Formats: sequence, structure tokens, C-alpha cells
Amino acid sequence: MVPLEWYLVLAAALFCIGTYGVLARRNAVAVLMGVELMLNAVNINLVAFWRYLEPGGATGQAFALFVYAVAAAEAAVGLALIIALWRTRDTVVLEDVDLLQG
Amino acid sequence: MVNLLNLAWLIPLFPFLAFLAVPLFTHRDRKLSHSVVIGGIAVAFVLSQIVFWVAVTHHSELPFESTVVHWLSAGVERFTLGVYIDPAATIMIFMVPLVCMMIFIYSVGYMNFGTDEVDPRYSRFFCYLSLFATGMLGMIVFNNLLTFFIFWEIMGTCSYLLIGFWYEKKYPDPDKITPKGAGLKAFIVTKIGDLFFMLGLALLYAEVDSLAYKDIFNPDTLEHLAHTPFLGTTMATAVAFLLFGGTVGKSAQFPLHVWLPDAMEGPTPVSALIHAATMVSAGVFLVVRMFPILQHIDPSVLALGGIPFVALIGTFTAIFSSIMAVAQDDIKGVLAYSTISQLGYMVAALGIGAYVAGAFHLITHAFFKALLFLSSGSVIHGVEHGHHHAHAHGDHHDEHEEEHEEGEWFNPNDMMNMGGLLKRMPRTATAFIAGGLALSGLPVITAGFWSKDEILAQAWTMNKAVFWTLAVAAGLTAFYTARQLCLTFLGEPRTEAAKHAPESVPSMTVPLLILAVFAICLGWVGIPEGLTGGVIPNWFHHFVGSTIEAHGHEAEHVIRVAGHLSEAVHEFDWTPMLIGTAFGLGGLLLGWLVYGWKPMKAGEMDRVEAGMRKVGLGWLHKAMRNRFYFDDLYDLLFVRTSIGIANLFDLFDYGQPIKQDDGTLVERHGVIDGLINLFGRVGRGLAQISDWFDSKIVDGLVNLIGNAGKLSSQGLDVFDLKVVDGVVNGVGSVVREGGNALRPIQSGRVQNYLLMASMTLVGLIVAFFLIISR
Amino acid sequence: MTLEQILFIIFGVLTLGAALMVVVRRNVFHAALFLIVSFFGVAGLYVLLEAPFLAAMQLFIYIGGISILIIFAIMLTHDLMDPEEPGANRQWVVAALVAVALCLVMGWMAFHHNVGASPGPVPENTIVLLGNALVDPEGLVLPFEVASVLLLVALIGAATIARER
Repeated sequence: MVPLEWYLVLAAALFCIGTYGVLARRNAVAVLMGVELMLNAVNINLVAFWRYLEPGGATGQAFALFVYAVAAAEAAVGLALIIALWRTRDTVVLEDVDLLQG
Repeated sequence: MVNLLNLAWLIPLFPFLAFLAVPLFTHRDRKLSHSVVIGGIAVAFVLSQIVFWVAVTHHSELPFESTVVHWLSAGVERFTLGVYIDPAATIMIFMVPLVCMMIFIYSVGYMNFGTDEVDPRYSRFFCYLSLFATGMLGMIVFNNLLTFFIFWEIMGTCSYLLIGFWYEKKYPDPDKITPKGAGLKAFIVTKIGDLFFMLGLALLYAEVDSLAYKDIFNPDTLEHLAHTPFLGTTMATAVAFLLFGGTVGKSAQFPLHVWLPDAMEGPTPVSALIHAATMVSAGVFLVVRMFPILQHIDPSVLALGGIPFVALIGTFTAIFSSIMAVAQDDIKGVLAYSTISQLGYMVAALGIGAYVAGAFHLITHAFFKALLFLSSGSVIHGVEHGHHHAHAHGDHHDEHEEEHEEGEWFNPNDMMNMGGLLKRMPRTATAFIAGGLALSGLPVITAGFWSKDEILAQAWTMNKAVFWTLAVAAGLTAFYTARQLCLTFLGEPRTEAAKHAPESVPSMTVPLLILAVFAICLGWVGIPEGLTGGVIPNWFHHFVGSTIEAHGHEAEHVIRVAGHLSEAVHEFDWTPMLIGTAFGLGGLLLGWLVYGWKPMKAGEMDRVEAGMRKVGLGWLHKAMRNRFYFDDLYDLLFVRTSIGIANLFDLFDYGQPIKQDDGTLVERHGVIDGLINLFGRVGRGLAQISDWFDSKIVDGLVNLIGNAGKLSSQGLDVFDLKVVDGVVNGVGSVVREGGNALRPIQSGRVQNYLLMASMTLVGLIVAFFLIISR
Repeated sequence: MTLEQILFIIFGVLTLGAALMVVVRRNVFHAALFLIVSFFGVAGLYVLLEAPFLAAMQLFIYIGGISILIIFAIMLTHDLMDPEEPGANRQWVVAALVAVALCLVMGWMAFHHNVGASPGPVPENTIVLLGNALVDPEGLVLPFEVASVLLLVALIGAATIARER
């Protein structure tokens, strides 16, 4: 048996890697990829807890499905934003997008 | 009937109205002016004649008094104004308007009415004449000494105005007095007399508490005055002498006689009016009026050689001026001295108690002196005309003009320029001669004889010294009169002017002839009864004498100065009459011998003068001609002294500019002025010191305070600027710096924000778990 | 070490390794490919967790949909042509520290709290259960519908945002 903790730690690590990606990557798309990683980590967590705490119910998996839906929606909108950003500012480097500075 | 005498107050009224009318209404119209004036005096004349006849016919009811007006009657009847007609006033009222009227009419011709040479101030002359008549008449009719004095003063003013009538006249000879100066002299000298008069009035009023005649001449009052001691003598004496002072001034007695000869500068009608008939006789009238007081004086006071004081003055004046008259060349001058002399006669008469004689001579003298003056005026007029004719007709035309313009001024009054006028001016000559003979006292047919004789008769009985002096004076009078007549009328004309002198116009000659009649006939009302053995009553004596008879008898112990009248009437003495006549005729004869037998030629020195020089008395003659230097004495003593004192005070007070050597005027300040200036300078110095003090010290203080204020405010300002502003700015900059500091937080970068959020999250979780695990 | 554990380690390493590559690779396209690999690993983990439906979904949705989408975006933004630029921005150090800190905190939490129990049996028909739950009115029908709406809205929104102007 794999202890639940292992899965949680894994999810935590994945989550943190995703966090690093969000915080440290220059390219906006890379940031989005980090966000996907974080969502995946969340999903892993959810499924792990479903499996180990209440495998008889469907809530865990349903929740994970909803996360998928949200992730998909969010990926779509985010990438649309990046496209729009590319069109107006001609850059996808988030560092350069500082109109609200000050 | 006698109540008609109430109308007496109207007598002075009409001339007064004429006096007002002329300057207010008529003065532009000469004819109207003189008509108004002559009309006024004519009405006065008519009224006066009515009054005269009523008074004469009601002789026994005199003195008549009525009250016309109450003055100042605030419960206390101090002054009542009323008429007072007694015999003395009656005879005056007869004479004055008559003579005035004659003179007024004469003036029409004299002032050249209707000709080209008419006097430019013609109307004014008549106006003054009318005022003068008012004065004289008012003086006579009213009942108290106060009004007497008021009208007396009016006459004094008029004499000033009239003597100085030709005030612009100037003479090339600086020693000859001008009309302006003569007027002033007359006024001032008579004013000295008036001063005494006023003192007498004051004294009288203080004693008697009234100035009305009825109160003063009340026997009890007189008694009281005679016995009240005052300054070592009686009150009566003091009052009498003080009042007499007025007479000395007005009637030109010694020593106040000096004004009368110079008063000849006035026009001749003025001389006639003022100096013959009226004003000078006002002085005598004053003595007549106050005769009752004079009766009660102590006769030993100021008497000399037994001659009482008043008589002393009069007698001395009489002889003194007749001596001077001998040396006068001016035709009016002779008459002036003669007037003084005759007034002396009157005063002497009154002084020795010959009341009636003095009054009689007053009246007759008025007539013949007026006549003489008017005639002389006619002569002068003629000679003046003759002078102009001589020029106009061109005889010696060019040379004479040059000579005359060089300052050889032709004096028409100078008898030496006359001569032979008997043929040229017969009517004038007749009148003049009549007057002259009256003056000399030609027996029987002239009025002067009778009146003068009366005086001499009284003097003979009362005081021999007075008699002889007056007799000698009478002789001199006759002498100089004869001289005058001869020089003027006899012989050949001594100048061109005399040669061409025309007779005067009727307005001048007719009054002359009328007066001449009086000069001759008037004496006959006063013929002493003794002479005719009582056939012709001495009306005058009875009439006038009754005045003092009514007053004088009651008191027994009054020293009888005047009481002898009644006696003299009955004891007629030929001696004085003969002696007097002798002197008079002798004088006339002598005069004719010296001057008329071989009339003087042109350029010849006066024969008396020549004679006196021969005997070494040339200096005496010169003294006589120069009025015995009394005028000069007075000038030195009083006039120059006054001017000197005035100059001294002026110098002291104000300072005069003095001429430096180079002719510039330098201001010099007198002491008072200097003192005042000193005060001014000191004040100014003080002001400057104060000003310095003020500007330096006070201003310094003020500025100091101001600066302190400024500094403090600057300090505060700095404080305000630095500190307060610093704080304010500090706050601002804190905010700004804070903002600036915090601004980088908002980088606008999403990843930044996320990072910060993450860090915070991690922090919170850690903190949370740290707290939980506790 | 059971098989399950070994498989877990393999898939775990795969996932984490790929994930690391994703966030490190400069070339973003490579990062995208590594992302796909990471997804594969996650799918394997799902299988281990006896949730085959979700594994399949993972493959369909993530790899088949979202990754393609990401590759489209990369293609459209032309950035893969510039390998000179660093992959990480200026704050990567702090970010790394934060990430590590977070990981440590969460790891600690995982081990500190005794949550793990032995897993119970998994029903045979989990899919049926899931399906029923999703449309059950007293179940999860509402979130299901809302998720639909969400997808619709996202669709419209993305289309609007990325529209050609």
C-alpha cells in the first residue's frame, strides 16, 4: 500500500513546482503551464483523498471533473488573453506588461 | 401868547433838516442845495423874530421855560429838555438867524455860483453852514448846560470842517499854514478849552445833581456853591473858572487865541460866521449864561492888581491882540486880531460885572464884524478876479506867467497888493468903511460906539486899570482899522490885480448893505439914559439887565461884583465917554495921517514898520507880525514835544528804517519790536530744538520699536517658514517619500503580486501552524 | 516495497521530473512537450488510485485539449524563436524559495497529521455512481449545469478576447 502521505507530498511537490513556474517564468504561456501543473496537483490530492477516505462516494471524482472543467475553461480564456496581449503589446513577456505600475 | 415861545425849539430844527436834506437828497443840484439851506435859515429867522417879539412884549414873564421832552426818564427825571427863553437868549435869537441868513446869501455869490469858477464842493459848504446854524441856535434856546455843550461841540466840529474846507490847498511857503492844518489847529486848541468846560460841567453836576438852568441858577444852589469849599477855594469859583476855560478856548482869549488868526484860511463867509458873529460869541454867551455863578465867586482868586481873573484875561487879550493887529498885512488877519481884541473887551466887561455892557457889545460886534468880514471877502474876491483878468487880458502876459509859475504866489488877501479900491468897488467900500468906523467906535452914528462906551463906562466905575487898558486898546483898534481902510481903498492900486478888481455880485453886496444898516443903527437901542436925561430909554439895559436882576439880589453876602448895574444906569458920567471917544478918534486920525494922507505906493515898506526900525524897534515890529512868537512857542512846547515823544515811543516800540550813507534804507527795530522779535526768535529756537529732539530721539525710538517689531516678525516668519512649513512640508514629504517608497510594490507585474501573495500565504500558514501547535 | 509503491515512485518521478522541466526549460515549446509528459505521469497515478475514468479524462482533456491549446498559443505568439532570453524572470530566486517553503510546509502538514487510514474497497461501478451523482437533483446536478454554463461562458469569452480586430 502506498501511504496517503506519499500522494500528498507528491501533490505538494507538484503544486510547488507549478507555483515556481507561475512565479518565475517570463513567458506568459509558461506561466499558464505552471497553472496547469498546480491544477493537476490539486486533482491528485482530490483523487487521493477520495480513494483513501471515501471511495464509495462519487464526490471526489465529481470534484475532480469539475476541476477539469474549470481548468479547461481557464486555459481557454487565459490563452485568449495571451493572444490578445500578443496582438496589442507585441510581447508575451509578463515582465513587460506593467501598465499598472506605480 | 407867551406860549408861542414853546415854538422856540423849532428854530434850530429847520437848519438841521436842511443839513440832513443836502447830503441825502439835494447835493448834486447846487441851486437846490443853497435854496434848501437858505430856506431853512429863513424859516428859523422868521420863527426867531416871532419869538423875539413875543419875548420882548411879554418881558415880565421871562424867563420862560417849557419842557419839550423828557430824556432818560427811567423813573428818575434826570434830564429834561426844554426851551429856556430869557432876555439874553432873546437878543441872541434876534441876532443869530439874521446874521446867518445874510452870510448864507452872501455865500451864494462868494462861492461863485453860476460861474465857471463855482466851487466844486458848493453843496457841501451849504450843508456845513446849515449844521453850524443848528449848533448855534440849539445852544441858545435849550434849557440845560448839557445840550449847550452838545451844540457847542457841534459848532466846534463845523468850524473844523469849514476852516479846512479847501483842504487840498497848499502853499509854496512851507511856514504858511494850510487850511487843513488851520482846521486841526482850531479844533485842537478849542478842545483844550472844552476840556475845562467839561470838567466844570462834571463838577457842577456832581454838586448840584442837575444841569438845567433852573436848578443851577436857583439862588439856594448858588448860595450852596458859594459856600462849599473846594481845593482851597469855593465850589462856585472852581466851577466858574472851569466853565470859563471853555470860553477861553472858543472865544480865542489868551492863551488859547492862537487858532483864530490861522482860521482865516477858511472861506470868508466862514470867517464871518464863525469868527465874528456866532461861534466866538458863543464863548461870551457862555459867560453870559453862567453869569449868576460868576457873581458868586471869590473875586480874589487868581486876580491881579485888583482885577478879577476873568476880567484879567479879557483885558490882556484885548490889548495884546490889538498890538499884533497893527503889524498884519493880511486883510482878514487884521480882522481876526480885531475879533480877538473885541472878544477880550466883552470878557473883560463880564469879568468886572458889566453884564449888560458885555452882552450889548456882543450883539453889536456880531453885526459889524460880520459886515467887515463879508466886505473883506468881497474885496478879496474882487482882487482875485482882477488877478485873473490881468492874466487873461495878456498884459505882461508871458513874463508874468513865468514869474508866477516859478512860485511867486499871488496872495489876494495881502493889503499891500490892494489900494484904490474905493473907486473900483464902491458898494463894498461903503460897507467896509461903515463897519470899520463901527469897530473904531465912531461916536453916535455907529453901534460900536454905544456898546464900547458902555463897557468903558462900567470899567471906569469899577476898575480903573481895566479902563485905561481898554481905552488904549480902543485907540489901537481905531488906528489899525484906519490903516486897513487906507491901505485897501485909498490911493492908487498897487498891483495889476487891484487895478482890475471888479465890484462883487449883488448876492454879496446886498447882505453887506443890510448889515451896514444894523451896524449903524443898532447902537441906538442901548443909549445910556443918563446921556439923554432919560428921554430915550435904554431899552437894552432894561431888557437884558432884568435877567440878572431876577437872579442876583437875594443873597446879601454875595460879593458885589455885578450888583452895580442899577446904579450905573442912573449916574451917568461923561468922563469915560469922553476919554474913550478921544482915544477912538485919535486912533483914527493917526491912522489916516500915517497911511491915508499920502497913500502907500507899491513896494513901499509898511510905514509903522519903517518907523519902528528907525527907532531900533524893528525887532518889536517883527515880533508883532509874528504874533509875539506864541504860536512858535506852543509849537515847540506842545506840538514838537508830542511829536518827539511819539517818535521816541515809536522808536522804542516799532523802529523806523534809517537811511544809510549810500541812501538805502535799513530796517531798525525798536525795543518793543525787538523784544517781540526776541520772543519770536526764542520761540523759533525752541521749536527747532524740539524738532531736532523729536526727529532724532523720538523718531529713533519709534524706529527702534519698529525695527524690533520687524525683526521679531521676521524671526517669526522664519520660524513660520522653516518650522511650520517644515512640518507641513515634512508631512507632505513623508507621505510622498512613503508613497515613493511603497510605489515599487505596485510593479504592475502580475507575477510580482503573486509572489507577494504566495509569500504572505506561506508566512500565514507557518504562523498559523505555529500558533495551532501551541 | 510493493509493486504499487514502485509504480508510484516511477510515475511520481516522471511527473515531477517532467514538471521541473516544464518550469525550467528556456524553450517554451519544449516546456509544453514536457508538460504533456507530466500529464501522462499524472494519468498513471490516477490508474494507481483506481480511478480509471479520471485517467482517461486526463488524457482526453489535458493532453488532448489543453496541451494542444497551449501549443497553439505558443505557435501564435512566436516566442520560441528566441532562445537568448532567459526562461526565468528577475524574482525566480525568491519564487524558488517560496515554492520550497510551501512544499516543506505542506509536506510537514501531510506527515504531521494522521489522516491516512487504510483505504477501503472501491465499488465496481464507480462510473455509474459518478454519472448518477452528476445528474441527481439532490446530488451534483447543479454544479454540473453550472460547469456547463462556465464552459459556455469561457468559450464565448475566449472567442471574444482573442478575436481579430
